[in-house]
Amino acid sequence: MLAAREPRNDELAVRLLVLDELGLHDSAIELLHEYLRPGDLLVVNDAATIPASLHGRDRSGNPLEVRLTLQLDERTWRAVLFGAGDWRIATEERPRPPRLRAGDEISFSEDFKASVVRESGLSGRLLDLEFNVGGAQLWRGIYALGRPVQYSYMKSELDLWSVQNVYGGRPWAVEMPSAGHAFNWRLLLSLREHGVQIASLTHGAGLSSTGDPEIDRDLPMAERFEIPAATMQAVEETRARGGRVIAVGTSVVRALESYGNELVGLTELKIGAGYRLKKVDGLITGTHEVSESHYQLLRAFVSDSTLARISAFVEGHNYLTHEFGDLCLISAEC
Amino acid sequence: MFDTRDKSILITGGSRGLGRALALKLSAEGARVVLVARETLSLDRTIAEIRRAGGSAFAIAADVGDKEAIYPIVGQAAALAGPIDVLINNASSLGPVPLRLLADTDCEDFERVLAVNTIGPFRLIKAVAGSMALRQSGLVVNISSDAAVEAYSGWGVYSASKAALDHLTRIAAVEFAGTGVRFLSVDPGELDTQMHADAMPDADPATLKRPEMAAEEIFSIIRSADEIESGARLIASERGVLRC
Repeated sequence: MLAAREPRNDELAVRLLVLDELGLHDSAIELLHEYLRPGDLLVVNDAATIPASLHGRDRSGNPLEVRLTLQLDERTWRAVLFGAGDWRIATEERPRPPRLRAGDEISFSEDFKASVVRESGLSGRLLDLEFNVGGAQLWRGIYALGRPVQYSYMKSELDLWSVQNVYGGRPWAVEMPSAGHAFNWRLLLSLREHGVQIASLTHGAGLSSTGDPEIDRDLPMAERFEIPAATMQAVEETRARGGRVIAVGTSVVRALESYGNELVGLTELKIGAGYRLKKVDGLITGTHEVSESHYQLLRAFVSDSTLARISAFVEGHNYLTHEFGDLCLISAEC
Repeated sequence: MFDTRDKSILITGGSRGLGRALALKLSAEGARVVLVARETLSLDRTIAEIRRAGGSAFAIAADVGDKEAIYPIVGQAAALAGPIDVLINNASSLGPVPLRLLADTDCEDFERVLAVNTIGPFRLIKAVAGSMALRQSGLVVNISSDAAVEAYSGWGVYSASKAALDHLTRIAAVEFAGTGVRFLSVDPGELDTQMHADAMPDADPATLKRPEMAAEEIFSIIRSADEIESGARLIASERGVLRC
């Protein structure tokens, strides 16, 4: 598939593959209202994206990159280590980072450091790190020294402006909830004029790929979410009156499907083939490689044969893939 | 009545003058305030003053005229105080002082004044108003000046930047109508501040309004923001709010 290699400034020209009961259609996000109905509910993830990539050195001076994935408490983050090099090298081709053990220190600057609290059982590269500062100082350090997580297929380095959705609020996502990139205000307001309701939740979208087979096999990692009571009420009301709940992005599916009785929580839910969707009827998502966990989630919506048709369609129509690529609207097959 | 208790309020130019007075007032009224300023000494002093009084305040040392500072400001503010409910664009630059006639003003100085007084607020609005709209509630207060309306010799670039800010307020109000996000321009009056002294060193401070008084007046405006037409330009006054 063709990679979208730079942020789009033609949001409304982003192509939209629509899968509905009539089959597959080549359309554009600008025409999304034609495929939604008054009374449908669109749910977006309003997490803003933090500069989650920090470059530092271990005690021996070995260069490494830390990608934050989940804040565990005021000073402690779960993180994945990468070896020397930068984003221009694909993650799976990066040299392995030095092996760090509990107590080892990583230095990002003279006064911004973290020490390893524990290794995960999964991989020596997945660690819990405790920073030497907390609260405002920790956030100051992250924003002063961090960069957005980068992608090797991009033409140039992404800045923080490029990885925000127009409705981003709390900085919970370590990578951009990318299905939202094409939603500008003109589109959102026009959907509202067509009677489509819009609601939000916050889901701390984690790392999409690490290049470490053990970690990648286990993706998505634990992520935290918060669903406003009004959003959950809108979901229930929409479904009760026969409307559809359409998630913008896989992170929204994960958050809504993780809802038990708690509106706030940490989810380890894995959604894939055979999973019975309880809250979500449709999904707007980017196009994904078969190996990605995002793709696995799509198997809860449609059969593998339909997914194969979708893949052939996006290949045949030269759709762009990855974070800034074209989108698909997929309704769940009954 | 707009309740400021437990609200997350971002104030630019928050370390001195009107920004400081607003921070003290709003934190005393129960808001969590996040103050942005370039100069850390006065910023830290104001934060300490608020905390001593039992208020909740956070400092971000940054320049609102710098595009790359915008998301670090908004991200840190939302991480520390919660999603931003009220944005007060108060930071202002006069440009070089003593004030210069337009024809004597360097182009780069004009660009710098616009970056702080007009484009900085625009960028911050871009970064926060969308989240406010999803929550169907939010208020943006742009601090203006009578120089935005009157033509005073020597105030050219500052005046033009504030006139542009006033109109930005009106356009944003039209475009966000029905979303629950409101925009106001407020002229606080002539204040006894360092900025005013820089602009008019011969002015008698006794004839100028205390920033604390203006903060009280603006607090009243914020409290009654739900009843004021979005996009309005207001003059803060002890006699009540004047519209123009």
